[in-house]
Amino acid sequence: MGNYMGESIKRREDPRFIQGKGKYVANLHIPNMAHVAILRSPYAHARIRSINTDAAKALDGVIAVYTGQELIDGGVGKLPCGWNVPDIKVPDRWPLMVDRVRHVGDSVVAVVAESPYIAYDALELIEVDYEPLPVVIDARKTTEPGVPLVHDEIPDNISYAWALGNKDETEQAFASAEHVVELELINQRLIPNAMEPRAAVAQWDAYTEEMTLWTTSQNPHPIRLLLSAFTLGIPEQKLRVISPDVGGGFGSKIFHYPEEVIVPWIAREINRPVKWVCSRSESYLTDSHGRDHVTVARLALKKDGTFTGLHVQTWSNQGAYLSTFAPLIPTALYITLLSGLYKIPAIWGEMWGTLTNTVPVDAYRGAGRPEASYLVERLVDIAAQELGMDPVELRRKNFIPADEFPYQTPVAFLYDSGDYHRLFDKALGMFGYDALRESQKAAREQGRLVGIGVAGCIEASGPAPSQVAGALGAAVGFWESAVIRVHPTGKATVLTGSHSHGQGHETTFAQVVADQLGMDINDVEIVHGDTGRVPFGMGTYGSRSGCVGGSALVRAAEKVRAKAIKIAAHQMEAAEEDIVYDRTTGKLHVKGSPAHAKGFAEIAFAAYTAHNLPAGLEPGLEESAFYDPANFTFPNSCHISQVEIDRETGEVHIQHYTAVDDVGNVINPLVVEGQILGGIVQGIGQALTEAAVYDEAGQLLSGSMMDYAVPKAMLFPMFDVDRTVTPSPHNPLGVKGAGEMGTIAATVAIANAVMDALAPLGIRHLEMPLTASKLWHAIQGASGGNGMQATNETPLGGRDEPGDPANWPERQILSD
Amino acid sequence: MQVTMTVNGKSYTRDVEPRLLLVDFIRSELALTGTNIGCDTSQCGACTIHLNGKAVKSCTVFAVQAAGAELTTIEGLAGTGLHPMQQAFWDKHGLQCGYCTPGMIMTAVKLVERHGGTLSEEEIRHGLAGNLCRCTGYQNIVKAVQQAATEMGGGD
Ligand code: FES
Ligand code: FES
Repeated sequence: MGNYMGESIKRREDPRFIQGKGKYVANLHIPNMAHVAILRSPYAHARIRSINTDAAKALDGVIAVYTGQELIDGGVGKLPCGWNVPDIKVPDRWPLMVDRVRHVGDSVVAVVAESPYIAYDALELIEVDYEPLPVVIDARKTTEPGVPLVHDEIPDNISYAWALGNKDETEQAFASAEHVVELELINQRLIPNAMEPRAAVAQWDAYTEEMTLWTTSQNPHPIRLLLSAFTLGIPEQKLRVISPDVGGGFGSKIFHYPEEVIVPWIAREINRPVKWVCSRSESYLTDSHGRDHVTVARLALKKDGTFTGLHVQTWSNQGAYLSTFAPLIPTALYITLLSGLYKIPAIWGEMWGTLTNTVPVDAYRGAGRPEASYLVERLVDIAAQELGMDPVELRRKNFIPADEFPYQTPVAFLYDSGDYHRLFDKALGMFGYDALRESQKAAREQGRLVGIGVAGCIEASGPAPSQVAGALGAAVGFWESAVIRVHPTGKATVLTGSHSHGQGHETTFAQVVADQLGMDINDVEIVHGDTGRVPFGMGTYGSRSGCVGGSALVRAAEKVRAKAIKIAAHQMEAAEEDIVYDRTTGKLHVKGSPAHAKGFAEIAFAAYTAHNLPAGLEPGLEESAFYDPANFTFPNSCHISQVEIDRETGEVHIQHYTAVDDVGNVINPLVVEGQILGGIVQGIGQALTEAAVYDEAGQLLSGSMMDYAVPKAMLFPMFDVDRTVTPSPHNPLGVKGAGEMGTIAATVAIANAVMDALAPLGIRHLEMPLTASKLWHAIQGASGGNGMQATNETPLGGRDEPGDPANWPERQILSD
Repeated sequence: MQVTMTVNGKSYTRDVEPRLLLVDFIRSELALTGTNIGCDTSQCGACTIHLNGKAVKSCTVFAVQAAGAELTTIEGLAGTGLHPMQQAFWDKHGLQCGYCTPGMIMTAVKLVERHGGTLSEEEIRHGLAGNLCRCTGYQNIVKAVQQAATEMGGGD
């Protein structure tokens, strides 16, 4: 009974997964189901002159073939952008494109057939006459003269610009700086690669005119809203969206995708259940990508290492269209985090959202925050090197002190809590930092390339106060819903608007509710991911489930307790204030006489029989809450790694890795550790192996699992993982987000280690991924080897130097 | 073409197209959807099953090639209760979204059977090279395989 908070309880969802009983969308089979396949553009940019589907239609087993125009005539709408910063230009995007395609993989024709094999055969029979157009791929080239426009109505291929901070103070900081570190860097494009490819199944009920859509989504309610209000037009009360078990998302399953419109539209059109399952190769060309920044950053310091100013300019590649939340990522989740763990009195960050002939870019695990951490922590490391300081000492010198929280940064955020010295003390101790620095010296003397990388990172998790989100451009709110439905026997069904795609809500949320009400955890059932069963909720992303969804559960539980106390007081003839609700036993008694207690189940039964309730009290025991957070939470982390680079092959061997994260209180340490571990590997993937690579014609060269290196088990040692705890003061659980911290910190912890290893060769910075071949070439170049040069173009190739503040472009300042 | 094969101890005969992949046969014809599909280039291992006693990626085999074969899928691994490998994945939190899990477990079972109870962390990590997991960071999977290896013992 009760006492479940902080317990490493094994997950209750696991038995179904380990026995092959996961309920993924692709596993759904409905009798008489037809199968959809989508024809996708082989060109990065082309005009569609004509489409001939006759041969496809004539193929045995093909039920129908639809073009974009037919969908428009049939009432489908444009895919909307859900985040609108000032003066944004949102390009048109249809579920199937009509007269022009703008990236390889853009959808053009849909086929529905008796089997998926036949549907794919039919795609081969469709003739599309394309007139190829010139392309632009690189964010930094979008505004160059003569570059083609991705959308004719959007000049310079700039969809929006955004800036934040105190510009004048920043100018002054640089004018009076004793030392300036300048760095141009690329945060390369990544492909999320959730192991379950996207899928959708739709069933139309012609009698009730109700549509059910099963889709691989992290947030089924917002998808229903967008389908209803913008793309499909079926009223919300007639539309049920279900996300059953979802096989990972990492952001890529937040967004509203064309297939979520096409599949139900066809199901209604042919009045049959319809299924579409994305192939992995298609998912590379259609799932929203992540990151893709080109940045120039400058840090102003005093000689003693005190940070005085930071100036950042970023060209963010948004792809061919604006994906659902694309403009949020490089604005309010990126520039707002540029203060890192540090007191930096003056920060000015500005960015341009550029359109290119590539797959749209949106949130990918970390989303904006890894980009901020990477650049801040690279700058700090280079600054330490240039000033001859230890990178840990430089960081410590500039930390926001523990007694200065809540801390207002110059870039809008008010950090809730933290103790960065304690965080670092713990991590450095676990890692054995001083001893390993000593042995690094010895290794260097032997000519070995051993490096140690430190990263201290901040995250803003648990978006967000809805009002703030609205002011920043959100078209939706960011609260979360919860219902606790106590049954007459004292068991509970709990509905949450949050959604698990691997996080384990069925276990952790049951812990929260059982703990709050003093119930046996086995009496609590969690329901999520079904708009037909759960009230409107916002879903899971931005590490928000615990802080926002969990807090909503607490608020609902408080109401259940209050009502139970009312009933108990009435029945025991005592004042409400005199009733003790013992959460460790789930019993209620009058103060001073615990022997005469009523059990929670007894109270629940009384609530439903309603034979003896206080006057005016409604029967039943079911409460709901909508929780809107007061602030983001600000988890922070110190990750430290040691690597050795093989001089002969350029290969990086990770020798030690320590991660200490402050994610506030934790509900289930086992689950939180799992999130951190998985995040670390994704973060290291960016540092060492992963990159979405386009050629000049806009073909995605890393377009399959053969070419895009999702990291494998043997790349890693065992990670040493622990936590410090500074509870978030503004949510009832004191929790902070835990889902993304690992990814945010690991990339730069490894990148800094690799650059530290190469420092004796005079190499200052290399772009990720730090592959064996790139490092081998760099080592050869630096040691005069075979004369080959490291491929590490400067990101602004040819652009004007941004250094002089007089040249900084005027942009809208959102906050001072 | 007509094929007959034994899956999880039960014999099935079906008429199939020669091009039908074994994984599609298992999932669509036999409705055994525990075997997942994560890629189309034989990289991910989500589709791993046991074919005549070996761990095989069922997306790389045509159904007709498995004619006459004995197959085990995740659904048939344990008989009743849980196989020690399934139990270990649960105990060690070796899964999050669960999508890679059936393939991981099928691969890991054969890995342990090949090496016995003493296999090293390195052998486990190399043995799982054909199975990708995007959620767990592998660490708890390695620990799960270590636990199951101890329990299963034996080896050649
Ligand atoms: S589906 Fe078989 S290896 Fe990926
Ligand atoms: S648990 Fe999600 S891919 Fe392995």
